[in-house]
Amino acid sequence: MNYVFQFNVVWEHFPELLTGALLTIQLSATAMVLGLCVAVLCAYGKTAGPRPVRWLVTSYVELIRNTPFLVQIFIFYFSLPVIDIRLTANNAALVAMTINLGAYASEIVRAGIEAIPVGQIEAARALGLKRLHIFRLIVIFPALKTVYPALASQFILLMLSSSVVSTISAVELTAITNSLQSTTFRAFEFYFVATGLYLAMALGFRASLSAIYWAVFVRGRGA
Amino acid sequence: MGRSFGLNEFLYLLKAIPWTLLLSLGALIGGAIVGLFIAILRTAPSRVLRGLAIGYIELFQGTPVLMQLFVTYYGLAVIFDIQVDAWPAVLLAFTLYSGAFLGEIWRGSIQAIPRPQWEAAACLSLSLPKQLWYVILPQAARISIPPTVGFAVQLIKSTSIAAIIGFIELTRAGQLMTNATFKPMIVYPIVAVLYFIICWPLSLLAQHLERRIDATLGVKRHF
Repeated sequence: MNYVFQFNVVWEHFPELLTGALLTIQLSATAMVLGLCVAVLCAYGKTAGPRPVRWLVTSYVELIRNTPFLVQIFIFYFSLPVIDIRLTANNAALVAMTINLGAYASEIVRAGIEAIPVGQIEAARALGLKRLHIFRLIVIFPALKTVYPALASQFILLMLSSSVVSTISAVELTAITNSLQSTTFRAFEFYFVATGLYLAMALGFRASLSAIYWAVFVRGRGA
Repeated sequence: MGRSFGLNEFLYLLKAIPWTLLLSLGALIGGAIVGLFIAILRTAPSRVLRGLAIGYIELFQGTPVLMQLFVTYYGLAVIFDIQVDAWPAVLLAFTLYSGAFLGEIWRGSIQAIPRPQWEAAACLSLSLPKQLWYVILPQAARISIPPTVGFAVQLIKSTSIAAIIGFIELTRAGQLMTNATFKPMIVYPIVAVLYFIICWPLSLLAQHLERRIDATLGVKRHF
């Protein structure tokens, strides 16, 4: 091993890496919010919808969960333009991440919904609440509270898998690291530091998600 | 202009499947060895050993696989002073990655075995390694099968990321065929379907096994 490590090049470019990290956070956070909306809609469709809707949701979930994220990104970015749907790299990444998270999270949310005691729903029905009201007022908050830890880890997995969107030239931490290492020839050092940044972001996301749990479910009125 | 997507191109994709499977299987076997080690350390009486195992798991579950792949790929080059092939680098990276996940899955299985089983084994004056090997692990293995199969699906999907550093497996073959034929609308959906054909039966198997084990353990499920 004759390699001389030169981390000072990395520190010179550290602000650029931080910008990349910020873009990753932005992209992931947006996808988390949108993906959760998709998930709640799908979970509602699967638990309360008519048979064709249930069938549609199941095929969506199974299709996404049994194919690699990378191939899904390729389809959104390279295949869709053929049928004249053109997305910029970052939008394609956001759409792919939202749809991916929506599938995984909808199964989690569904488990939460099905864990709500039937008596609660019967009581709401006895009070004359409509189906959508029952879902919005009685079911969804306790359901999300029950499955929150699983949702939080799914969110963090999404943030980590977002590194893959660099392959379609979407701009985020991995893409910026790629271009920096190719101009400075310090591949190992740059990837090593970028890995550390991802670890820090994962820990940061975990802490913020716990803070959100506390603010919404413990201190707030939700459930 | 370009080639059309015909039988030869399809066969090229099919021929890449064994590489995806071989990489997944290799990583699963390597990861099983690492994972068993991690699971045992993670449940060890010594706090230092437990801390080491936790650190390992945090590191590999808190960073993107793509980054692990880059660091291993360029790290091996640093250690051996020459650029190594993609194959040993991806195999090593995915082994370490699956070791962390399998370790965490198996820790759960070991801890699910009731405490009196350890005590009973100790009463028979078995040493700690023997308690683990003859009494605990055979029972833990049974519980761990469904989540392990589930992880195998996750692993097969994540091996697609090896395409990014140029390792030729199913996704990389899809990229090459897209470049040759300019037909992303045909190639990538086919690649996705091929992954689906591999992963879906495994997902169903995992679900089926889970239900069977729940039935024998007398776990009641809401859904």
